[in-house]
Amino acid sequence: MTVRDALNQALDEELERDEKVFLLGEEVAQYDGAYKISRGLWKKYGDKRIIDTPISEMGFTGIAVGAAMAGLRPICEFMTFNFSMQAIDQVINSAGKTLYMSAGMVPVPVVFRGPNGASAGVGAQHSQCFAAWYGHCPGLKVVSPWSSEDAKGLLKASVRDDNPVVMLENELMYGVPFEMSEEAQSKDFLVPIGKAKIERQGTHVTLVSHSRSVGHCLEAAAVLVKEGVECEVVNLRTIRPMDVESIEASVVKTNHLITVEGGWPQFGVGAEICARIMEGPAFNYLDAPAVRLTGADVPMPYAKVLEENCLPQVKDIIFAVKKTLNI
Amino acid sequence: MRKMLLAALSRVLQGPAAAARPVSRVVVASRNYADFTSEATFDIKKCDLHRLEEGPPVTAVLTREEGLHYYRTMQTIRRMELKSDQLYKQKIIRGFCHLYDGQEACCVGLEAAIKPTDHLITAYRAHGYAYTRGTSVREILAELTGRKGGCAKGKGGSMHMYAQNFYGGNGIVGAQVPLGAGIALACKYFGKDEICLTLYGDGAANQGQIFETYNMAALWKLPCIFICENNRYGMGTSVERAAASTDYYKRGDYIPGIRVDGMDILCVREATKFAAEHCRSGKGPMLMELQTYRYHGHSMSDPGISYRTREEIQEVRSKSDPITLLKDRMVNNSLSSVEELKEIDVEVRKEIEEAAQFATTDPEPPLEELGNHIYKNEPPFEVRGPSQWIKYKSVG
Repeated sequence: MTVRDALNQALDEELERDEKVFLLGEEVAQYDGAYKISRGLWKKYGDKRIIDTPISEMGFTGIAVGAAMAGLRPICEFMTFNFSMQAIDQVINSAGKTLYMSAGMVPVPVVFRGPNGASAGVGAQHSQCFAAWYGHCPGLKVVSPWSSEDAKGLLKASVRDDNPVVMLENELMYGVPFEMSEEAQSKDFLVPIGKAKIERQGTHVTLVSHSRSVGHCLEAAAVLVKEGVECEVVNLRTIRPMDVESIEASVVKTNHLITVEGGWPQFGVGAEICARIMEGPAFNYLDAPAVRLTGADVPMPYAKVLEENCLPQVKDIIFAVKKTLNI
Repeated sequence: MRKMLLAALSRVLQGPAAAARPVSRVVVASRNYADFTSEATFDIKKCDLHRLEEGPPVTAVLTREEGLHYYRTMQTIRRMELKSDQLYKQKIIRGFCHLYDGQEACCVGLEAAIKPTDHLITAYRAHGYAYTRGTSVREILAELTGRKGGCAKGKGGSMHMYAQNFYGGNGIVGAQVPLGAGIALACKYFGKDEICLTLYGDGAANQGQIFETYNMAALWKLPCIFICENNRYGMGTSVERAAASTDYYKRGDYIPGIRVDGMDILCVREATKFAAEHCRSGKGPMLMELQTYRYHGHSMSDPGISYRTREEIQEVRSKSDPITLLKDRMVNNSLSSVEELKEIDVEVRKEIEEAAQFATTDPEPPLEELGNHIYKNEPPFEVRGPSQWIKYKSVG
C-alpha cells in the first residue's frame, strides 16, 4: 500500500468513526486533494465533512482552531507546510498555547497535516522543512511518518489525540509502496505518538532519522553491511515529544551516533538530539562525537545537480559512518 | 417632592416612633415597590444600515428588573476595572492590563440579547466579558494578581480568561476573529441553533485575516456576528490615521452591517437581538459596529492623553457615560430611585473590596503548576525546566 493510500484509508476510517471529525483545506473536496490524499472522500462524506477553502491560510487555520475549541475535531490540510508560515500564529499561539493559558479549560483537538520539506525541483520557497520550527513549541505534538504504516497509524492517532498535532508528511513518499502488516490493516491500528521505532537492528552505529531520510539510512545500512558494519536505524516517528530514551538505549549499545534529516542544520532536529544525548547517560558511551547530517545551509536551489547536493544522500551517510567509526 | 411624600407616608404608617429616625433611613424603610413602574419604553437612536432594508427597532422596552440588573452589572464592571487600576499602580497586578471602563454598555448589552448557550470571543480588553460570561469578580481579580484562585489558576493573566462558551481573552490582535468563525462553524455543524459573537477593535479591523474570515463566513453562511468595538483609538492611533474607511460597519462589504450607539445599552441590546435573529435564521453573518469609548489609555502603561485631550475624555464622561445614561433613564421614568441605585453602588463596592481582599491574599500557584496543562488526557510526563536537572511533572 502506498503512503498516499494509507493516509486516505486513515482519513476515511476516522471520518466514519467519529461524526465530529472533518477535513478542510484547499482543493481537498472536489479536486480530490492537491496530492490526491483525500481522493473519494468528498463523494462519500459530502460538503459538511470535506470543506474546500479559499486561499486563506491564516483565516481557515484560525477557523479550524476555533472549531476545535468548540468541540469539533478538524483536520486542517496545508497544501504544503511552506504555506503554514502564513498561519503559524494560529498554530502556535491559538492552538498550541490555549490549553496552558486556560489552565486546562480549553482543549484544542486539531490536526494540521500536509507535505513538508523538499520535493523535486519546486524551488526555495516550496522546499522548507518545518520540523524544527514546530518541534520547538510546547503545547504542540509533532509527528513525521516515513512508511505507510507510520502514515496510517500516526494520522489515526493524531485525529484521536485531544491535542493539536502537526503531522509532517513528505510529498516524495506519497507514491512509495510498503508492506502493510496484518495488524496495520485493522480499523483501530494506531501508532503511538512519542515512540520511535527501530527499523533495523545494529551494533556498530546508531542512525537516527525521520521521514524520507529513514529510507536513505536503510539504503546506506544495506551497503555498509557488505563491509561488515551493522547500522541500527531509528525511525523517530515523533519529533515532539521526542523519544530520547530509545535513542539513548541505542547509543549505549553502539557507541556511535549519526542524525540524518532534510531540514537545515542550525537549531535543527539533529542539534536537539545531540544536545540531549550530551545531557543523559548515553554520553559516557559515545566513542566519538555525535554527527549530524542535514540539508545544506542554503535556500533550496532548482537545478537538479544543485538540489541533489543540498540533501543528505546515501553516499553522505556511508561517508559519515566510516568517518565516525574511523574506517 | 417624592422624598417628602414618602417620608410623610412612612411616618403615618409607622406611627410616632418613626419621627426620631434619620430621614434617609425612613425613606428606605418606607420604600414601597408599588412606587416604581414595572417597565418603560424608550426611544433609541436609529442605527446606520449597510445592505439592509430594515434595521433594529427604534424603541426599546426596559423592565425594572432588567434595568436594575444591567445597572448592577455595569457598575460591577466599572468598579472592578477601577480596582484593577489601583492594584496595578500598587504593582500587585503586572504585565499588560487593558481596562474596559467606559465600554460597559457593550458587554452588558450584548449579553442581554443572547443566551448562555451562545458563544463569545473577544480580544485582550476582556475583563468585562469574562464577568458577563459567568466568571466571578473574585476569580477575575485573582487571575490579574496571579494567584491560584484565579480563573486560570494564575497561568493566563489579564488577556487569557476563559469561561463556559467564552473563548477568551486573546492576545494577538485579530487572531480571535477566525477563531470566532470557527466556533460559528461548529454551531452550524452541531445544528443546535447557537451563534457566535466575534469581537474585535477598530485597530484590529485592518487585519487581513479578518477579511479572509468575512469571506469564508459569508460563503458558508456561518452564524457569526462580527462586532467591531470602535472606541476611536487603536492604542495611540486614531481611527482617522489608521483606516482609509472608518465606516467599520461597511467593511464587511457583502456582509450586511449596522452601526450602533455603543454607549446606550438598550441600543446595543436591540441591535444584537436583531443581528442574532438574522444569524439564527441561517442567513449568514452580520457585522455590528459599536461606537464606544474607553476612559483609560490603551493599557495601564498608556496615560491616554498624548493622542487625545482631557477635554474629550471629560466630555464623553459627562454626556455619554453608559451607566449615567441608564441611571437617568431609570430614575426619570420611575423604574428606580437614586437611593435604590446608591444601595446597589454600596453593595457593588463591598463585593469588589472583598474580591480584592481575596485577590491580594490568596497564595500564588504552587511551583508544581508550572508543568501542568501542556497536553490534555495524557499520562503524566516530565517537563524540562531551565536546566537538565530541573524537571517538572506534567499532569492534566
